Order: sequence, then C-alpha cells, then structure tokens
Amino acid sequence: MQRSFLAQNPSVMWFLAALGLFTVVVTLLAEGTGTALISTSFVKTLGKVLCLCLIAIAMDVVWGYCGILSLGHFAFFGIGGYSVGMWLMYARTEAIVETSMASSVIPPTSAEVQDAIAAQIFGVVGASEFPMIWMFSHSLVLQLLMVVLVPGLLALVFGWLAFRSRVTGVYLSILTQAMTLALALYLLQNDSGLRGNNGLSGLQNIPGFDDVPQSTISMVFFWASAAALGAGYVLFARVLSGKMGSVIRAVRDDEVRVRFLGYHVESYKLFVFTLTAIVAGIAGALYYPQAGIINPTEVAPIASIYLAVWVAIGGRGRLYGSVIGAAFVSLLASWFTGGGAPNINLGVYEILWTEWWLVLLGASFVAVTLFFPGGIGSLFDRLKGDAK
Amino acid sequence: MSTLLELSGVSVSFDGFKAINNLSFQIGEPELRAIIGPNGAGKTTFMDIVTGKTKPDEGRIVFGEKNISLIGMSESKIAREGVGRKFQKPTVFEAQTVRENLAMALKNPRGPFEVLFYRKTKEGAERIEALAEQIGLTEELTRVAGELSHGQKQWLEIGMLLAQEPRLLLVDEPAAGMTPAEREKTTSMLVEAAKTRAVVVVEHDMEFVRRLNCKVTVLHEGSVLAEGSLDHVTQNPEVIEVYLGR
Amino acid sequence: MLRIFTLVIALAWLPFAVSAQELQTLLQSHRDVIIKPSRKTVGPTLDALVASGLPSVRGFLEAWQEKNVYLRAEDDQFYLGSDADGGLTLLDVDTGAQAVTGVDKKDAKQIKPNGGVRREIGSALVAFQLSDPDIARRTQALDALARSLDAAQLAPLIASIDNETDAGLKTRKQKLANYLQARFGESPAIRVAAIENLANDLSVDGRAVLSQILATEMLVAQQLPDDANVAEVLEPGEGDLDRIAAYQTLVDDHGLPALVVPADIRRALEANVDGGIVGGIPVARLDNEAERARAYDALVEAGKVPARVSEAAIDQAFADWGFYAVYLESDPTITEAAETAQATAQTRVTLSQTADIGLDAISLASIYFLAAIGLAVTFGVMGVINMAHGEFIMMGAYTGYVVQQIVPDYTLSLIIALPLAFAVTFGAGVAMERLVIRWLYNRPLETLLATFGISIALQQLAKNIFGTQARPLTSPGWLDGAWIINDVIQISYIRIAIFVLALTFLCLLLLILKRTRLGLEVRAVTQNPRMAASMGINPEKIKMLTFGLGSGIAGIAGVAIGLYAKVTSEMGADYIVQSFMTVVVGGVGNVWGTLAGASMIGGFQKGVEWLNPSNTLAAQTYMILFIILFIQFRPKGIVALKGRAAGD
Repeated sequence: MQRSFLAQNPSVMWFLAALGLFTVVVTLLAEGTGTALISTSFVKTLGKVLCLCLIAIAMDVVWGYCGILSLGHFAFFGIGGYSVGMWLMYARTEAIVETSMASSVIPPTSAEVQDAIAAQIFGVVGASEFPMIWMFSHSLVLQLLMVVLVPGLLALVFGWLAFRSRVTGVYLSILTQAMTLALALYLLQNDSGLRGNNGLSGLQNIPGFDDVPQSTISMVFFWASAAALGAGYVLFARVLSGKMGSVIRAVRDDEVRVRFLGYHVESYKLFVFTLTAIVAGIAGALYYPQAGIINPTEVAPIASIYLAVWVAIGGRGRLYGSVIGAAFVSLLASWFTGGGAPNINLGVYEILWTEWWLVLLGASFVAVTLFFPGGIGSLFDRLKGDAK
Repeated sequence: MSTLLELSGVSVSFDGFKAINNLSFQIGEPELRAIIGPNGAGKTTFMDIVTGKTKPDEGRIVFGEKNISLIGMSESKIAREGVGRKFQKPTVFEAQTVRENLAMALKNPRGPFEVLFYRKTKEGAERIEALAEQIGLTEELTRVAGELSHGQKQWLEIGMLLAQEPRLLLVDEPAAGMTPAEREKTTSMLVEAAKTRAVVVVEHDMEFVRRLNCKVTVLHEGSVLAEGSLDHVTQNPEVIEVYLGR
Repeated sequence: MLRIFTLVIALAWLPFAVSAQELQTLLQSHRDVIIKPSRKTVGPTLDALVASGLPSVRGFLEAWQEKNVYLRAEDDQFYLGSDADGGLTLLDVDTGAQAVTGVDKKDAKQIKPNGGVRREIGSALVAFQLSDPDIARRTQALDALARSLDAAQLAPLIASIDNETDAGLKTRKQKLANYLQARFGESPAIRVAAIENLANDLSVDGRAVLSQILATEMLVAQQLPDDANVAEVLEPGEGDLDRIAAYQTLVDDHGLPALVVPADIRRALEANVDGGIVGGIPVARLDNEAERARAYDALVEAGKVPARVSEAAIDQAFADWGFYAVYLESDPTITEAAETAQATAQTRVTLSQTADIGLDAISLASIYFLAAIGLAVTFGVMGVINMAHGEFIMMGAYTGYVVQQIVPDYTLSLIIALPLAFAVTFGAGVAMERLVIRWLYNRPLETLLATFGISIALQQLAKNIFGTQARPLTSPGWLDGAWIINDVIQISYIRIAIFVLALTFLCLLLLILKRTRLGLEVRAVTQNPRMAASMGINPEKIKMLTFGLGSGIAGIAGVAIGLYAKVTSEMGADYIVQSFMTVVVGGVGNVWGTLAGASMIGGFQKGVEWLNPSNTLAAQTYMILFIILFIQFRPKGIVALKGRAAGD
C-alpha cells in the first residue's frame, strides 16, 4: 500500500528526494560531521527552519485544505516545546544538584534533592516547590507523551466546542486567536508553574550527553527534524489523498453541501484540527531544544499569524508550497533582522533593514494576497503547465 | 405505496413571522410529487425543516416504516437516513473532478476513519460508471466540475443525489436556467428516479410541473392550500385567487 | 494630663498676661533642663512654661524647637538669636526687642535640643498652632496631629473647636477629636459614644482607629488571667497559628524542649561522623529519613544530642498551654463597641467597594466600547474584518501626540486633535478600502490576512517614526483629579470623560445609521448590494464612506485611549482581540450589541479582578476563556439577529 501510495504521488517522491539531498549536503558541510563550512549555529538555524516547515505543512492542511484559518497552531507548537522543555530542565537541574550535593558529608535524601531542584528552577519566580503540572517532568517518556497528548486534547476539546456550535470563518479565526492569547497570558503569570515570562531555558543542553559537543548534538537534532518533516509530509499527503482528501477539500469549499451528503462535517474538521495540532506539538518539541529557550512571547497570537503569512506566501493548498514559504520567509527574516542585508543609503535617509524589514514583510504580504494568491508554490504549477 | 414521510402540525416562525403554519404533509414510496406556491409560501423552509437545517417550533416529522422522528437530528444524520436534497443553485465541488464528486456521494460509511482507510473497489468504480451513463457525463468523468456547463452541473448534482441512494429526494427548482433540451432530460431523470423512491420537486414553472405529470401540493402562507392533480388544483378558486390575486 | 489642662487655662488667660522679665525668670528656674533637655525630663518644664500663660512663651518654644535659643556667657541670660554673617543677633526672650548685635559665636552657647525633645516641644506648640490666626498654620497643625494621634492633643484640640472660623477645618477638628476620644477619652462612656460615631466613618483613618483599639497580642498561658480581655482562643494548627510556630513560642518563652527538625538532624549527624559511621550506621546509608532518624536516636542514647520532641509531646504541650489572642484594651465594653462599629463600617465599605467596582467596570466597558465601536461598523455592519483597526487607534493617538507638540495648550490641542484624528484615520481607512479591501470582498479570510499585513507594516512604521518608548498624551488640567463620592468610591474625571465620549458615539452612530440618508444607504448596501445599486445607490461609494467612518471613529477612540493610557506603537495590538471579542459577543451587525458586549466583557473582567485583585493577567485569561465558552452557547452574540436575515 505504502509503495503504491508513493508511486501514485510523484510530488511526495520529489519532496523526499529534495529533503534527503538537502540533509546530505548539510551533513557534509557541517562543523560537526563534515567540512565545517556551515557553523553549528547555522546548523541549528536550519534545523529550526525544518521544524517551522513541519508546522507550516500542518497549517496548510488545516487552512489550505480544510479551510479553517486557525490562528492558534503556534500555541500547540509552544505546548510541545514546553512539554519537552520541562523534562530537559528538570533532568539537567537534577544532574547539577546531584553533583553539588555529592560532596556533602551525608548523602542527600530524595526529598532534599527534590527541594533543591525546585529551588533552582523556581527561584526566579519566588517559589520553591514543584507545581502539579510538573508531576511527570522526571520522566522523558511521559513528557514526550505530553508533547502529543496535551496539544491533541486541547485541540480536541476546543475544536469540539467550536465546531459543534458551528463557529466558522473569521469567527473561528478570532476564537482561535483568543485561545492563543489566553494561553500566552496564562503562561506569563508567575504562578502558572512555568516560570512566568522567564520561560524555560538552557534547553540546548541535553542531560546525559554533557560530553557530546554542541556541533554533534545540533546535527542529531537536524537529522531528527528532517526525518520528522519527511514523515509529516508523507502522513499529510496520505491523509489528503483519495476520498479523505476529497471530503476535506469539499468541507473547505462548501460545508453545507457536504453535510447534506451525509458526512458529519464536524468530525472531519475535528480530525484535521487535532491531527495538525499534534504535529505542531511535535514540531515545537524538536524546535525548542535547538533554540535553547522558550518563553510566553513565543506563544503570543502574532506568531500564529506569521505562520499564516508563511503559508500564504508559499502557496496554500500545496504542501510543498507551505514548506517553501516557511523556509523562504523565516530565512529571509533572519537575514534581514540579523543585519545580513545591506542597508540602503538614500542620502537624506538611510534605510536600516532591521527597522524596515517588518514594513517590507507587511507590504509584500498585502501584495501576495492581492496579486499573487497562489503564492510561490503556484510558480511550480505554471512550470508544470508549461511542460504539458 | 406505503407512507415514507409524514409531517403533522408543523409550525415555525422567524421573528413573529410564521413561515410554516400548522403544516401537514404526506408522501409515499415510491411517489413523485410537485410542490408549487407563490413566493414566501414556505417551500424552501419546508425543505429546510425536513433536512434538519431549521428546527420547527412544534409538530411531528416521522420518516420510514419505523416511524423515526427527524426532529433534533443533525443534517448529516438525516442525510444518512436516506433524505437527499438538491439546492436551487447547482452546488457541486467545482475544484474536484466529476469522478471525485460522485465517489464522495456514493453510499458508503461516512465516518472519518472509515473514509481515511477507504479503498477503492471494483463495485464502486462500476457504480460511478453507471451513474455517469445515467446523467450523461461519461465523457466528462475526469474533468474538473467547475468547467462544466450550468446544465451539466445540475445533472452532476442529481447524479450525486442518486449515488447517495436516498429513499426521499427533495429537489428545489431543478429546471431554473436550463435550455428546453436540458429540461427534457432533467424531467426524464426525475421521473426515472421516482420509480424506486419518493421524489419531491419544488417548482415555479407550471409547464415543467405539467410535464412531470404527478400529484401536486399547493402551499400558501405556510400551509397546504390544495392537493391533487395539476388540473384539479388549477381549477380550485382559492388557488386561482392566490396566484392571480397577487 | 495635667499639662493639657494647665495649657488650656493658660491659653484662656493669654490676653491678660503682662509682664517684663517674667519669662526670663521662669526660664532661669528651669535652667538645667532647658540647657540640657532630654525627652524624659522636659515634660514638667514644658508644663510650667505653658502654665505660666505668658504671651512670649510661644515664640520661645518655636525658637527652642528651631535651635534658635542662646545662652549668653556674659550675663548668663537666655536670648532668642539669629545667625548672620556679622555674628549673632540676640533678642530679649520676653519682649522680642533687639538686645545685642554682632555677638561672637564663642560668647553665646547655642542650645540644641535632640529630636525627641523637639517633638515634645512640637506637641506643646500644637496647642498654640491649632488656634493660630493663619489658616495654613492650623491646617499644618491638624495634618501633624492626624499623622500620629496622641492623647496629649485631645484637650487643646477640643478647646480650639469652638473658636474655629473655617467650616471645613472645624469638621476636620471634630472628626479628629472624635478619633482621639475613641482612643483616649476619659471615661468608657465617652469612648463608647465616640466609637459608635466611627461606625459611619468609611475613611482609612477612621477604620485605622478602630483597628488600633482592637489590636491584639498573643498570650500563652496555662491559666487564663481573670482580667484578660480575650478576643479569640487560638488553636495551634488552625487559622493563622501553625503548629511549629505555636510550639516555638512555648520553647522560647516557657523553656520547653526545642524541636528537632530534619535540618537539625542532618547537622547533628554531620557533626558526629566518626570513621564513616554515625550512630552505628554507615554514612552511605543515610540517604533517607528513616535511617537518619535511627542514627540520630542512637546519638541521643549516647547522650550526644538532645532528644527529638515527639508529636505526642507537642500535643501534650498544646493541651497544657492555652493560646489566646488578647486585646491590648482591657475594657471589654469598649472592645465590644469597637467590634460592632467595625462590623458596621466593614459592611458599608464592602457596599461602597462594590459600587466602586461597578464604576470601574463601566469605565473599562467604555474603553472597550470605544475601541470596538469602529469595528462594529466595519466588521459588524459591513462584514469586513480589519486587523489593522488597532493600528488606526494608534494612528489617532499619535495624531493627538503630534498636535500637542505643535499646540502647547492642552485644551485647544485636544479640540484640534479629535477632528484631526478622525480626518487622518478616515483618510487611511478610505485609502485602505480602495487599495486593498475592495478587491477582497467575499473573501473574508484573505481580508483578514491582508489587513494583518498592513497592521504589522503600520506598527513598524510608527516604531520607526516615533521610537519604541511610550509617548505621553497629556490631558488638560480640568480633566485631572477625581470625583470623590465618599472615602471609597471615587472616579477620575478622565474616565468620566471617556464614558461620556463613548455615550456620545453610541448616540451619534445610532443617529447616523438609523436617521440619515447615509445610514439608510449603508443598510441597503450591506443587506442587498445589487438591489441597492439598481435603486441608484453607488455601493462602491457607500462602502468606502462606511469604512472611512468606522476607521475615523477608531482614530477618535485612539485620542481618548491615549489620554488614559500611554501612546505606543503596540497600543492597537493590545486592544484588537478584545475589540473583536466585544463585537462578536455583542452580536454582529448591531451597535446595541457592541454596547452589551463591552459591558459584559468589562464587567466580567473587573469582577474577576475583584475576586483576585493581585492578578490582572489571570483576570484577562479567565475573561477570554469565558468568552470562548459564551460563544458556545450563544454563537450569534447577545443581541442576535434571528431568522433568515441572519444568513446562515
């Protein structure tokens, strides 16, 4: 089945081939595994971009294919990051605490160790005890389960509430945005149990691998991100092929008609919303160990809107389009805001791209929506059209 | 001929305006029925009520030999029970091919996981071919539905309805905007369909209704004004007044 | 106490006292105290001075307090002095006449009372100041008196009430006299009467007086003394008194054996490690509480450390000893009266606070309404979703800021800024409608995204032009201050102004939509554009104007919000989600709905803040969750259009 599915979808084959080639090239050029033409920090940037591509295809499925403009998928991304970050932070602090206590005359009790870890982690918000939500943080397996379960359950409950009362279109977008805002505000509180606006930090250090250099760790995460992107792409391509894809696109185009065909539209929306939320959570879990830090601003509503921007610029309704959009815009953003772009001196005024990049992005976004609704991805269709 | 759908004492009002007023209606299986009436007589609301789009304020709607009540059921559940509906405007999925449109409508399990793991079968393919033949779109199967002519879209929609294998088919103004030749074909499709199931046609066009050659129900101000053959009802003085008095 | 009465009598005699050298003589008789005063010894001297009734006493006391009294070595007499370049100028203490000038500092000893003494002198002076002809002086004296209530001031204060000419000060004096009487009144009857008056006093000071009367201390005793005025019997482990702390007081005050906490055990074990073994247990095994306890008990048997106090022993101690909260005031009739008065005052305060929260909620609702009312037009009536609406609010606020830079008069600049902000954002709205939105009608999601693009571009532009720091938009002087209804309920004028503005807009908008040709055409175009077009209405023009109107209102809202909060490039983004929520909750397509939505959201947020005042973030979180749930049950908002017009 799988073989025939890939054979039936040559674009998936092409995508996997391109992704594989890219991974091999980066591996050969990277500091940790190859000729060191690519620095470790840039490997991390590329790995992060792959994670962003993964959430972008999730966004494309939910918006481009199913017609739900969710402004909340970055919230799921953030939850994934927080879930894995809790374990990273706990395990690493535990190692530090145990080292520092090893020299004491009497071996510490487990309660003493726990108290010391809690004081280390929550000292910044003036607390010294573990909140309830950290009850699984000692276990990598349970926290990884939470990467999938928490976004999945949140999406399931929220989606069920929203879809059953037939909230659609811009109303749904605003509602998802409100959900994201509520989450961000919650995380900002010091007593949220997630360190308020300090967020979780030091996530780039993987407990138990202290001796492994960052250059190697970064490559492992890069490969993992590439594998996740490939797997996510195949998963969504499979979901969107055949009759399921037909129904999902039909829901986007005319929900009422689908209902009268006897399909329970809400179940389909819920399926797509939840599945993409889970994928977004996984993408976040891979992203934040590479970023090193996660805080509530990452979850703010604006992030989810940027996600929509990437997908729109890349081209909605094409999985590869969203990948291109996310990679292109996020790399361009780091080029412009990182001072890589040359400033333009107009004589009377000098355009500093760090200041003007957002103006450019906003304007080009309007232009894409108005004049180029297919996005970058539609260029490929034109090429294909010419080839025919 | 046994009774398939029965409405009794159904009323619904919007902001004090009674769109349907103590309506009672019956249709058997198989049967072809035309519903006529002036604007605002409640024809579209009648369909909305039967298909679950609008909830009635009072009354009873029972369907099938087990007399299940349709009130409170979701639209999709009613559709799965065997009620098909064709809208006034042709509504097909224009971004998808004719084959995909028909495949979606085929009577099969409708749950998301059943659909996700659905595999194409030989019977399904044959069924699609047969339907395409019936609606005269065999040549167009791989075309995108958006490229079809207005009439072809109407037929595709009827084809999709037939693919659903409903026991009751509600058709809203099928002849609107069609050429005479297309009307002819549409009429024969509906008559053919009504041989094995109940078909309700809402129509303005008297000529079209005459060609259907079936029992006619006249709606006025949300209730039944007259019922019988077309000749019978058109001689009814009340009907004449309603139609001509306006 | 005696000092007070002598002083009062002295004051009454003031005009009649005439004399030449009397004060000097009096001072000489208290010479030692005056030269080297201490807080403890100065009292009788002050009493004597005041009791003398001499008119020059006041001047002397003031000079003394200001360190302006000198003892001249030559004749050993006291003088009032002032230090100048040419040396000291000395004045006679009785007459105030100039005695000598240009005295060398070495020849006269300056008398420098310490701070405690100066305060004593000050309170003796209060009596004079309370009757001072200068109203500013009297006010000052009252302020000083109110800061620290002192029994000594009761009599002079009461004595000064009758001759007080200023009505305001008179009430204040009476109020303060009542406070003093409640705390220091002569007889229980006077005090109880004064306390009963306090039940009607909502001010912080009045309530502080009651809680001072009701101040308690913890008493630990095996047998409760008969004269103790007990407020409450405390149970260790319940309420504010936790077991450990309760036991610790027994340890500290009554010599019970000290508790041994885990940290003590650890320290004791560490101190007694002997060759890797403590109390017969190898150190490596001491990583749990049970083993540590066994090791410690072994040390106890060896007599090296004190025994652990068992829970049973603690319980026994609590059975033997009682813990009581005892009033510092020993008279139960007074504490009872104070309790009653406090309860009454508390009820009134709670009622007033509720009213105050209500006012706050109205004011917050007005702000939400102002922010959302423009959206009610563009989103509600036209169905166009404009994510840049918040940036229009920001543009309006910056317009106000720029106008204030040019026109320095705040009132005038506000009068200019309001219409100008409308004009600027009207223009921006029309431009946006023409250039972007009109190509995207019937594609709402695209409109959302395109206007979002405009929103981020505008926000960054504002940052580039005005910088990232907040800009002030100063309100005119007549909007400063607050309308004070009582000590608890007050509302600032600026919030009232915003409320009035919101109300004005509600009426104006209703008027425009319901009563004017434009409103008629707007409704026609939104309901059926084709039909409207066939009736000679130009839908393009109407849409453009409507959008401009909605945007223009956002501009004016921006000025209003800028006056109340700071002007930053992100201020629009802070309001946009709430604004959409307001419109959606209220019900799309209805200005009344927006009002209802704003009231509900404002009220709910304030309500949550009231329940959990420390945490406005939590209030916002709960508000949004509430809205999400609300929309489940009323997807079409509070004021929902029904039937086919709703257009499912």
